[in-house]
Amino acid sequence: MATFAVNRADLTQPGIQANRSSPIAIRQMRLRDFRNYRRLDIETDSRPIILTGDNGAGKTNLLEAISLLAPGRGIRRASLSELTREGGHTWAVTATIASGKELVGVTTGRRSDSERRLIEIEGVATRSQSELAAFMGATWLTPAQDRLFMDSPAARRRFLDRLVLAIDNGHARRVASYERTLRERVLLLRQARPDPHWLRAIEQRLAEEGIAIAAARRELVQALDGVLAGAPSGDSAPMSPFPAAHLALEGGVDAMLESMPAVRAEALLIEQLADARQADSLQGGTSHGPHRSDLRVIDAESGREATACSTGRQKSLLLGIVLAEARLRADRQGQLPIILLDEVVAHLDERRRIQLFDYLVALGAQTWLTGTDEPNFAPLKGAAQFFHVQDAVLIRR
Amino acid sequence: MSTAEIDQLARLLAKLPGLGARSSRRAVLALLKRRETLGEPLVRALREAFDKVRACGVCGNLDSIDPCGICASQRRDRQTILVCEEVEDLWAMERAQSYGGLYHVLGGKLSAIDAVGPEDLGIDRLMARIQADDVKEVILALGATVDGQTTAHYIAERLAGLAVNVSRLGHGVPVGGELNYLDEGTLQAALRARQKLTL
Ligand SMILES: [Zn+2]
Repeated sequence: MATFAVNRADLTQPGIQANRSSPIAIRQMRLRDFRNYRRLDIETDSRPIILTGDNGAGKTNLLEAISLLAPGRGIRRASLSELTREGGHTWAVTATIASGKELVGVTTGRRSDSERRLIEIEGVATRSQSELAAFMGATWLTPAQDRLFMDSPAARRRFLDRLVLAIDNGHARRVASYERTLRERVLLLRQARPDPHWLRAIEQRLAEEGIAIAAARRELVQALDGVLAGAPSGDSAPMSPFPAAHLALEGGVDAMLESMPAVRAEALLIEQLADARQADSLQGGTSHGPHRSDLRVIDAESGREATACSTGRQKSLLLGIVLAEARLRADRQGQLPIILLDEVVAHLDERRRIQLFDYLVALGAQTWLTGTDEPNFAPLKGAAQFFHVQDAVLIRR
Repeated sequence: MSTAEIDQLARLLAKLPGLGARSSRRAVLALLKRRETLGEPLVRALREAFDKVRACGVCGNLDSIDPCGICASQRRDRQTILVCEEVEDLWAMERAQSYGGLYHVLGGKLSAIDAVGPEDLGIDRLMARIQADDVKEVILALGATVDGQTTAHYIAERLAGLAVNVSRLGHGVPVGGELNYLDEGTLQAALRARQKLTL
């Protein structure tokens, strides 16, 4: 597989001023047989990048490629084979990422018939995606998230967990382990006379991991809520122009953590699980735990539930949350993640659009914005890099 | 490429851990070329191992005597039992030379998804041993995988009413790691740093 011959080097290019918290930025990216791209080579700096073009031209695919350079399954949660260009067997995304004072070469992709995503950092294959988190991070807002507040609680939990695992490396493992243990309990309860010691062992594990998951979510929600409420942060970050949202977790375990220490919550959850065995075995589910929680979002200005707000207002609230998360990560990790905003601008009126552009430029994050109408991005002329995407070909404007 | 006999042999060898299709073909070639010095002795050694080596009825270790050499030894601390998943883990502990007690090899991990239950892991046999032999300490040397941890909780849970200390290996055992992949120094440290398990 082709790998960029890039060495870690100091970033001494002119025109890049030192930022409060240094932004992560794609400097070069190369796609091979990825989605609709046969081959693409692009060079960018840390200013915003505008991708315009018709639907289906390949704008979102480019954002997806960037999202795959961070841990996780990317903006579409696609399988490896879905990412392969029609007619191809392998794909690769190779990038040079500026991170802190270093340039890091990363390749990710698929070898033919392997179901494991290949990841190479500086040409060395790594076993764990989480190693990417040391120098790469991305956060995003896509049209698929537009209906997040109206969607199922599971979709909101997934959204929340993605935010948590960006700042808490152990979260993905805890969630995977918790979900497997949930399946174990359901299967065991299906047996005619399940071994009570076995059930108890499983419930102890569920309580351990479950309370840890709930505590990590709670910590994130409180921190985000602080940023959204305009709590002073370490650096003099610009104020977000978007309506502040108030976030709250709703669920049995979340209420428990509100009123008691984690150890007691764990013991209580073990008891609840034991008491619910009969009901759970009839329903084929598990009635207590963080998989029953929900994220509630309230428009802080009007005090209304997000679900009761107009779709435009919902979008603004969501954008506010995503931008707050980027700032939180900058505070926590000293690095601003790359921000991917897919088809976001079209939903904003001109005033909000200009506010967003001003904010992004002031924040200094490398932001990738897509849209069909180039005139929508006119205020960014001179302050951003413009590309027109047509049939998987990029033309720099 | 070749005859049915050679293909069959290569297919079987490729099922061995660590051998892929290419290396198994190379192994077949080596065996056939060096028939007298390698091929035939290997067949005899395999035959002999199949005839004599059995799983120890007490601990699950593999040996030509039953109970195995470890279970039969009078020089070992008979009041401590280390519980591990596979015979490889036992071998790894023995290589580290820092453990002098007895073993119980589960031969797997508790998993409803994979349909492995307590009866498949000889848990009742372990319980009977602990009670009959006045065992004072049980060390759970199970992987940090989901199933490994559930198994550890299960055994601890079963031992809860007995006058026996339950401990687990200290830190240094990586998540999802299995003992066999740890170097001896790490194993010794993990054994020294074992922690009492309280439920
Ligand atoms: Zn034995």
